[in-house]
Amino acid sequence: MATNSLDSIMEKWEPVIGLEVHAQLATQSKIFCRCRRTYGAAPNSHTCPVCLGYPGVLPVLNEQVVEFAIRMGQAVGCRVRSLSRFARKNYFYPDLPKGYQISQYDEPLCEGGSLSFYMEDGSVKTVGITRIHLEEDAGKAIHGLEDESYIDFNRCGTPLVEIVSEPDIRSPQEARRYLERLKQTLQYAGVSEADMEKGHLRCDANISVRPRGDGEFGTRTEMKNLNSFRGVERGLAYEIRRQVDILEQGGEVEQCTLTWDEAASETHLLRTKEEAQDYRYFPEPDLVPLEVDPDWVKAIKAELPELPAQIEERFTRDYNLRFQDIEILTRERELAAYYEAVVDGGVSPTEAARWVLGEVLRVLKEEHQEIGEFPMRPEALSELIKLCSQGIINRNTAKSVFDIMLTENLSAAEIVKRDQLGQVSDSATLEDTVLQVVSGLPAELERYRKGETRLLGFFMGQVMQATKGKGDPQVVRGILQRVLDEA
Amino acid sequence: MTPRLSERIEAFPAALKEQSELNAVITDTSSQALAHLDGDGTQGPLSDCLLAIKDNLNLVDSPTTCASWTLAGYISPYTATPVQRLLDAGAAIVAKTNLDEFAMGSSTEYSCFGPTRNPYNPDLVPGGSSGGSAVAVAAELVDAALGSDTGGSVRQPAAFCGLFGLKPTYGRVSRYGLVAFASSFDQVSVFARDIDLTARVFEVIAGHDPLDSTSAAEPVTSFSYDEEHARSLTIGIAREYEHEGLDEEIGSRYRNLIKFLKSEDFTVKEVSLPHTDYGIAAYYILTTAEASSNLARYDGIRYGMRARVEGDLEGLYTDTRSSGFGPEVQRRIMLGTYVLSAGYMDRYYICAQRVRRLIQRDFLHAFKEVDLLLTPTTPTLPFPIGTKVDDPLTMYLSDVFTVPMSLAGVPAMNIPMGQSRGGLPIGLQLTANYFREETIFQLSRFIEQRYSV
Repeated sequence: MATNSLDSIMEKWEPVIGLEVHAQLATQSKIFCRCRRTYGAAPNSHTCPVCLGYPGVLPVLNEQVVEFAIRMGQAVGCRVRSLSRFARKNYFYPDLPKGYQISQYDEPLCEGGSLSFYMEDGSVKTVGITRIHLEEDAGKAIHGLEDESYIDFNRCGTPLVEIVSEPDIRSPQEARRYLERLKQTLQYAGVSEADMEKGHLRCDANISVRPRGDGEFGTRTEMKNLNSFRGVERGLAYEIRRQVDILEQGGEVEQCTLTWDEAASETHLLRTKEEAQDYRYFPEPDLVPLEVDPDWVKAIKAELPELPAQIEERFTRDYNLRFQDIEILTRERELAAYYEAVVDGGVSPTEAARWVLGEVLRVLKEEHQEIGEFPMRPEALSELIKLCSQGIINRNTAKSVFDIMLTENLSAAEIVKRDQLGQVSDSATLEDTVLQVVSGLPAELERYRKGETRLLGFFMGQVMQATKGKGDPQVVRGILQRVLDEA
Repeated sequence: MTPRLSERIEAFPAALKEQSELNAVITDTSSQALAHLDGDGTQGPLSDCLLAIKDNLNLVDSPTTCASWTLAGYISPYTATPVQRLLDAGAAIVAKTNLDEFAMGSSTEYSCFGPTRNPYNPDLVPGGSSGGSAVAVAAELVDAALGSDTGGSVRQPAAFCGLFGLKPTYGRVSRYGLVAFASSFDQVSVFARDIDLTARVFEVIAGHDPLDSTSAAEPVTSFSYDEEHARSLTIGIAREYEHEGLDEEIGSRYRNLIKFLKSEDFTVKEVSLPHTDYGIAAYYILTTAEASSNLARYDGIRYGMRARVEGDLEGLYTDTRSSGFGPEVQRRIMLGTYVLSAGYMDRYYICAQRVRRLIQRDFLHAFKEVDLLLTPTTPTLPFPIGTKVDDPLTMYLSDVFTVPMSLAGVPAMNIPMGQSRGGLPIGLQLTANYFREETIFQLSRFIEQRYSV
């Protein structure tokens, strides 16, 4: 492997990347039978003759699956075909009970959309969506410690959309941002939980490199198993280096399928071009062509929830936040909703953003929690922020109150009262404290008065300590300045 | 009614034993039928009937073998929709019948349970693949039976056993619970000894089923004979069915019937079905393609036979499928896999699909001019067991007159037309436009009443 940095490689070479993303749809039941769609249930507890491919059974398409796929199609601006077809993709694997997967081939449900997103420098990137089609998920093979294998068919028949991008992606970072944006869009559209750790979202990539400025595409390889954001970025970077290495040594990239091994941080060869599988696609005779009423599509479009780009625009307009902050606040719909609820509690958008981005996200990260699991209601946080901005407690005290609120079921005001944390801004009281502190430090006072004015900070600290942190810093500073400069 | 039926069910095992040399039945389900009868004694349109079903139709808690080692030990957890409709109509299902393995064959010789024999002459085949159902009805073990017809698998054995054998319009009867051979062709079909019961069973099993999205919503009308209506029908004769390989006795019976109909003042018109000659080729490409995919599930992983438990996955698949499937099934899986392969798909599958549409158009054109088509059902009389089993092409040609209707999806029925000089059944075929099964019944009844051989 070359030791050159990816940046220096990318000065000379341009990667061309397209992603194929499978997303599980969060419907009530499976795509072709009435079994419930589950995660983490006892193995094979949600199966029936249809999803187990027993002799003589037939698939019946779940309408909610079509609705969700159309909704996703509308969310990324796809055309929805009024007539699409299912096809069989034939291959043998123990987790595939029928020996074929029902998918869509040359007539997919949705075609021709796009997805735009911000890059870290604030620039906007747009990636074309070639198609979105419906298919069924396979079961899950579980390999035992010895030689034995087991299969759990609960996942079998879970509805999937396969979202295929155009080869518009030009770097591993763009691939990562595209995938993040796709996940965000699936969640905002309410069609998928899109949790990569649970395998709701799975990513394969097609990748080639070409000398920068070249118009033609190089030979591409297919990479499977890029199943985390980090994996997408690192796997693609690895493959770019590998291909560039070959080309720089005068070799040729061979068309093949690779799989990314996240733990070992390397790729393994799955099959060469010669070993490529022939899936023998043909029209699925057990299902009639899928006819979609254009009025239904219109209705779905009209009821589309607010999407990432729209909420970003609204936050920019209404809250006047930095785009980096908006990007984080809107990454998950639930977090954005939480933030808005805090603002609605009567807090300035900037203050609310400071607290949510700072304290709330810190706790979520420390506790490995989702915003849905966060114990503090947004109204409670609003109340705390208000105590702070009204000067009743200072920011440091507020942070301690915040931590107490996480463990104790008390409001901010109740904690401040119970622990007597109210900020002291009464000048007379504070002046006494200041005089006491200053008189106890004659040497420092001497130095200050001889011009060492930076000792002001030292005196501030001493006074705040004496007030146990409750002194209103602005008031303290004013009094201290006056006392030190007197006489 | 019920006591009489229960007596008949009780008598079934003995009757079956008496006819055991015919080898028509794989599983005797009469005890289950009796239990079902005790349970509720449903009164319905078939509550006086003993029925058999081909053993590629699922009946809960009974084996479904498809006459294949592959399904050894498999007990079905559910009942097929048409079978459930029979039960709901009060029928007693007493047997699951022999067939060519996975319904692939025209003689009921390719069965892991051995060949079924023709009751008219046990050295001859009964036709296939629904030979067991045909023989059970012909030998009067049951009143009627269900088979499945993919390219003639009910019409041809009906002809060989002297029965009515109706293949309804594709989509008329739910396929839910019928083990698939070629999904876009398979249609659950009916055998009976008279036209009334054929129609009655058909009316019970037909109609839309939410579990089969390819089943039709078209309403099912109940058959009531109307001679005036029957006489008003225009009959089409297709010159493409004047086949040089047609048996001389079948040919003369065919021409006699035409003469009779003309003498009864029927309008008889000559029509053309120009793409008939391509039927067999297109049929064997499309059905084997679908079969290669439909039979992929028999892999030894979840149910049925598994060849061994040691070794790698590929070995498990290869050994299971090589020892589980018989030679005809393996031949068709390989053919089907080949015609769908990259580089061959366009030449075979796509081309055959085009032929299928042309044949559909042929029928639609013909039915603009006539109400029914009259053709022979088979080119030959029943042939001796063992004579075609190693000659697949000759075997495939026995479906030459039945396959075009399957490609088009139109309804067609064999009507028995007496016997040959040697005492073997002869059958002719009536074909109607989509969903016009009732028209077939009208003319059949007219012939049944007015024409003597």
